[in-house]
Amino acid sequence: MAYLELRELRRAFGPVVALDGIQVELETGEFLSLLGPSGCGKTTALRLVAGFDRPDSGSIVVDGKDLTRVSPSRRDMGMVFQAYSLFPNMTAEQNVEFGLRIRKNRRAARRKRVSELLELVGLGHAGKRYPHQLSGGMQQRVALARALAIEPRVLLLDEPLSALDAKVRVQLREEIRRIQTQLGITTLYVTHDQEEALSISDHVAVMSSGRVEQLGTPAEMYSAPATPFVAEFIGTMNRLEAVVVDGERGEVEHGSTRLTVDAAQGRTRGERVLVLVRPELLELEASTDGGAAGENTLRGEVLTQTFLGPVTRLKVIAPDAELIADMSTARAAALPIGSRVVAHVPVAGTRLLSLSEEPASDGQDRGGR
Amino acid sequence: MRRRWIAPSAIVWLLVAAAFFLIPLIATLLFSLRSIQTGKCCSGAAYSLIVHDHQFWTTVRLSFLLSLETIAISLLLLVPTVYWVHLKLPRLRPVLALMALVPFVVPPIVLVVGLLNLYKGAPSWFYDKPYGFLAAAYVILAFPYMYFALDAGFRSIDLHTLTEASQSLGANWRTTLTRVILPNIRVAALGGSFLTLAIVMGEFTIASLSAFKTFPPYIQVINEGQPYEAAALSLLSFLIVWAAMLALLFVGRGRSRPAQVAAAR
Amino acid sequence: MYALAFLFVPAGEVIVGAFKNAHGGATFDHMRQIVHQPYLDQYWLTIKISLITAGGGCVIGLFVAYAAIRAGTPRFLRTILSTFSGVAANFAGIPLAFAFIATLGTIGIVTTFMRDHLGFDPYAHGFTIFGETGVEITYMYFQIPLMILVIAPAIDGLRAEWREAASNLGASSFQFWRYVGIPVLLPSILGAFILLFGNSFSAYATAYGLAGNSVFLIPITIGFYYSGNVLSDPHLAQALAFGMFVVLAAMMLLYIPLQRRSARWMR
Repeated sequence: MAYLELRELRRAFGPVVALDGIQVELETGEFLSLLGPSGCGKTTALRLVAGFDRPDSGSIVVDGKDLTRVSPSRRDMGMVFQAYSLFPNMTAEQNVEFGLRIRKNRRAARRKRVSELLELVGLGHAGKRYPHQLSGGMQQRVALARALAIEPRVLLLDEPLSALDAKVRVQLREEIRRIQTQLGITTLYVTHDQEEALSISDHVAVMSSGRVEQLGTPAEMYSAPATPFVAEFIGTMNRLEAVVVDGERGEVEHGSTRLTVDAAQGRTRGERVLVLVRPELLELEASTDGGAAGENTLRGEVLTQTFLGPVTRLKVIAPDAELIADMSTARAAALPIGSRVVAHVPVAGTRLLSLSEEPASDGQDRGGR
Repeated sequence: MRRRWIAPSAIVWLLVAAAFFLIPLIATLLFSLRSIQTGKCCSGAAYSLIVHDHQFWTTVRLSFLLSLETIAISLLLLVPTVYWVHLKLPRLRPVLALMALVPFVVPPIVLVVGLLNLYKGAPSWFYDKPYGFLAAAYVILAFPYMYFALDAGFRSIDLHTLTEASQSLGANWRTTLTRVILPNIRVAALGGSFLTLAIVMGEFTIASLSAFKTFPPYIQVINEGQPYEAAALSLLSFLIVWAAMLALLFVGRGRSRPAQVAAAR
Repeated sequence: MYALAFLFVPAGEVIVGAFKNAHGGATFDHMRQIVHQPYLDQYWLTIKISLITAGGGCVIGLFVAYAAIRAGTPRFLRTILSTFSGVAANFAGIPLAFAFIATLGTIGIVTTFMRDHLGFDPYAHGFTIFGETGVEITYMYFQIPLMILVIAPAIDGLRAEWREAASNLGASSFQFWRYVGIPVLLPSILGAFILLFGNSFSAYATAYGLAGNSVFLIPITIGFYYSGNVLSDPHLAQALAFGMFVVLAAMMLLYIPLQRRSARWMR
């Protein structure tokens, strides 16, 4: 049985429905991220779990106990906020100690636990400093230690890295994951950064307008997005609108070009679909003038080149779509801006999404956990 | 957060505050409407007496002109000073701010004692005339309010860029100040001016000790013998402060709030 | 320059004048005089009234400001309160004194109402608006709004996250205020207290209009000796004014270390 359960949570603020019946379950020790753009309801969900807000309907269950009506101070959940949540009048040590002091733990035990935790987050030396003397990253480490000090049943993190520099962000997220694994604590993490969610979670729930679009492992999210929204949101994806022309052979028509993709097999003729191709799977080569383009190809012209280190991302303008392709920087040098190119769409490895269905309606079922 | 209802304790506190602040005003209003002969409600006699008292008009006029004079002197003194300090001598800003705090610390009663003593020997055009001596004292009283309002105004604009842009287009110092800088700090200057107006219209201590007949001492004189008229005058004076504050709120709309406290003595 | 001529020199003049006798020679007579009765009592009364109204103003102002700012209170109430506070904090002096006479004076509206309809005559129980309590009540009319104005930004600075973090860690609302809310506000509260103290300590017009002949506050005595027709003694007035400086300076000396202590987490 799941350890933490969000059951059919609904919450509306006036006419705005922030959460439209979401259902999420976490096993003991699991790290799950709620991922979505701002306004999708992920923070509302977290606040409901923490108890700062009450759902209109639905419940929150931890370890078989319904906590929906329990006040936040009795829920034993450690929370890390976006920023500036440390009590400014207390040193790092006193901040971490706060929860223990409230619980009236013995002084010696408190001291020991505080120094252990500060060591754990790598701040053993900074215990006597006040929050404003700490950098943003250090403040968030203290906030994490403070949340862990009370040995919470669940750890909640509300975009804890969003206010930090890119470099600190990557470093700290790895550390959060390390500490979480080490302590085996069930964790609910909210973020709008897909890279962050994919890199540290056991499972990811992609949310949009108050619903869970898809729930699955990061690998599933990346390789098998269940809805156009997820496909767009997770990673970069080429989306080719097409119509199925032959379901047996797997042929679709994109504009005036015919493409063969395995994923189209078994589809009904005339169905409107979206062919999804990852940029790294799209092969580009210089177009030879006049010659036939060949099977499964689109013609186009290089619009921009963006250097990303080992790979270079090329934007190609084709007659019916804008394509994005990643290729090794060395090879990209041969395709300067303005050159005519041919893009090879792979037969295998593409995904197909039907456009005639409502995107969100069956998101969870197809997520395949 | 996102609480849906106002907290009950908040309602209680706000109601108590509203009662404490409104009851004296309502009482004063009712009092001022009592008939002078019978002491019963309601008659506008007190108001009509005031309006027909030429002393009322002369004192109000004196106070009003004094406040205009104070505002003019303060602006003339402070705008160039603050501009210069911001532009060329930012190190002096804390010094100026500290000086602006001194009138807060020196009680007006002490100030007036010192001033009277010091300028006893001054020529009579200064010492004996309200537009000389009193205005000079009021400029000091208004100094902190005017200074902090202007300081905030100058801080909110990019003074260096504006000045340099104006000069690179060929303007001289005076043109820069009057054509470029002033329009940009108009709101701050207005804010300080309305506060000054409120202060000068209500200032009693200095006026009464130096024996000038401005509006507040006039109220005091009335106060001693004609209670109903005094109530009416008190309300009028309250309305003057209200008008100044509303004007302040109005010009300050959408900007950082100017200081709102004047001398509550 | 201007400030020098009209501010510092007069202040200096007071200090020097305090040590001069009627003929301009140096003397400690006046200083000796003011540490004796009745002036000691008057200083004490002035300080007492200032402490009471500053303390009361701080506490009540804090609660009212918090009530207006806390989540759930409609925003327009807040705007009304802050505008009104701006007016009330400036509505002092003679008009204020008279407003309270009209309210709580012997024939004031509230007094008559209580006497006629509640069967309770405050004046029969020793109360008078012209006495010490009356002065205190009247001073509250500008002290509370002043507190609201100066403390509101500090209350605004209390972040919702602190409240939530505290409750998340198991703290009750009381515990939040005890360990976080009040300590964070304390420097601002202390600063406001000093401001309110000074405000009340140097108030002259209100007390004069209200109880010029019955409550002997130091500013009133100074005014009396300065402009009084019979008992004019400017040098004694200056000595008394000098005494006010001393009291204010002493308050500042008390305040600075307290402020330092309460704000040590800011540096």
